[in-house]
Amino acid sequence: MNFISDPVTFIGHWLGNLLLSWGVSQPVVTFILKFIAAGLVGTFGFALVIFTIWLERKLYGRIQDRLGPNRVGPWGILQTVPDIIKIFTKEYITPVGADKIVYNLAPILSVSAVLLTWAVIPFAPTIVGTEVNVGVLYLVAVGSIGALGIILAGWASNNKYSLLGAFRAVAQVVSYEVPMVLALLVPVLLGRSMGINSLVNAQSVWFIVLSPIAALIFFTSSMAETGRAPFDLLEAESELVAGYQTEYSGLKFGMFYVGEFLHAFTISALTATLFFGGWRGPWAEQIPLLGVVWFFIKSFIVYYVVVLIRISMPRLRIDQMLNFNWKFLTPLALTLLVVTAIVDKAFYTILPGLNLLDAAVPWVRAGVHLFMNLVIILITLQLLKSYRIKAVRVVAEPRPVAVAPEPPASVIS
Amino acid sequence: MQSDWLFIGLFLLIVALFPGAPIFLAGLIAPRKPSVPKSQTYECGIETVGDTWVQFRVQYYIFALTFLVFDVELVFLFPWAVAFGQLSMFGVLSGVIFILILFAELIAAWRKGALEWA
Repeated sequence: MNFISDPVTFIGHWLGNLLLSWGVSQPVVTFILKFIAAGLVGTFGFALVIFTIWLERKLYGRIQDRLGPNRVGPWGILQTVPDIIKIFTKEYITPVGADKIVYNLAPILSVSAVLLTWAVIPFAPTIVGTEVNVGVLYLVAVGSIGALGIILAGWASNNKYSLLGAFRAVAQVVSYEVPMVLALLVPVLLGRSMGINSLVNAQSVWFIVLSPIAALIFFTSSMAETGRAPFDLLEAESELVAGYQTEYSGLKFGMFYVGEFLHAFTISALTATLFFGGWRGPWAEQIPLLGVVWFFIKSFIVYYVVVLIRISMPRLRIDQMLNFNWKFLTPLALTLLVVTAIVDKAFYTILPGLNLLDAAVPWVRAGVHLFMNLVIILITLQLLKSYRIKAVRVVAEPRPVAVAPEPPASVIS
Repeated sequence: MQSDWLFIGLFLLIVALFPGAPIFLAGLIAPRKPSVPKSQTYECGIETVGDTWVQFRVQYYIFALTFLVFDVELVFLFPWAVAFGQLSMFGVLSGVIFILILFAELIAAWRKGALEWA
């Protein structure tokens, strides 16, 4: 156990031994250590938002040909701090007729639901909040609490726009949970485990190679779950003022903001963990601290894609979104699950007769799965082609409003 | 094993405290000057008409119901996926048949027009 390679475990052991030598009993020591660890993970998740808000604003600015925040600190990196101080001193306004308890509970719920996810995300082989043997199920369970926060906020505000936003949350966030859970089943099936860290351990070949469709479905539907552009129907400014957060002010509104940005980073971290190998990388097993670096490099690359999509896509209509979910993503995910299950079982049934080298087995398996995924993609594209709308109905022929007069000959030369 | 869940129990506490405490503190710091126009419902500057909790489209309800059917049945698939390594081909095929029934359910809902937003 080396301090340089794994400071977290080192300090944990040192502190545990110190407390034991003071005569504190073992259960109390476990309790204290777990409490400190939980506090650290929570603080880390919360502090991360300060950075991601700045990053996103900077990227937003660059895409729109602006500089973005650039005054406070180097490159404006501390811009979020004065923003937080400002929002701290703003008045709370509770609208007439609001359901007080639910109204105050909703912003807390929307942050805690996202923050809870961080308990099971492994940062490195040894640095993980907790390795629960039902990790994926825990993710699904905690993920749906976030939707509850939005629905409660809209319901309690006593505002028709908020209520409409909450209804849309029911239709959208809740619907997209179905393909998300189906896509989560694929890594569970391939890794034969529900613990997140053991899923990372199982990825000697990244799961995105084995099942790119599952990765795409998971990524898309969890993006829809965050409720950000292009899926921000819950708070569409042009239709619903600000949707479920219309009546919130001060830090209560700020908590929705924090929850949204944290959710965006959390889905990138989850995609990186489940499909891009998490902390896996060269020498990550020997030096766990390096695993943290790999994990964050992968997460931030995925996060960059999330932000790019948010910036460059127009908002979808609600019928388009629901059609895309129920008539495309869900059947695709169900088909993928069936094919993956049968192919994987068939592969392991005929494996003893193939006489492969042990090192080659994961790669051959990945190749078989990738091939089947490509076949599914081709069939899907053919189906989409045959069902696409054949011709766009032309309402009227474009006609010039006025014919420009011929310029006199003398002007031309 | 138990200490894993101890972590989650403590984490639940901390996670509720993290957004809750700043909201409470900001309530102490922030100014409070309530007035009648300020606390009115905001609807584009026009006074709100009638009750907020009115009847809504039945379509939202139908989507939520379809979701519920799927979500409950999907949970049954997780143990199947975890035990996949020890399953025989028969076990795998029974799981597949379960998924195909789900598929039939989806198509039935589709044919019934439950998935249309019209």
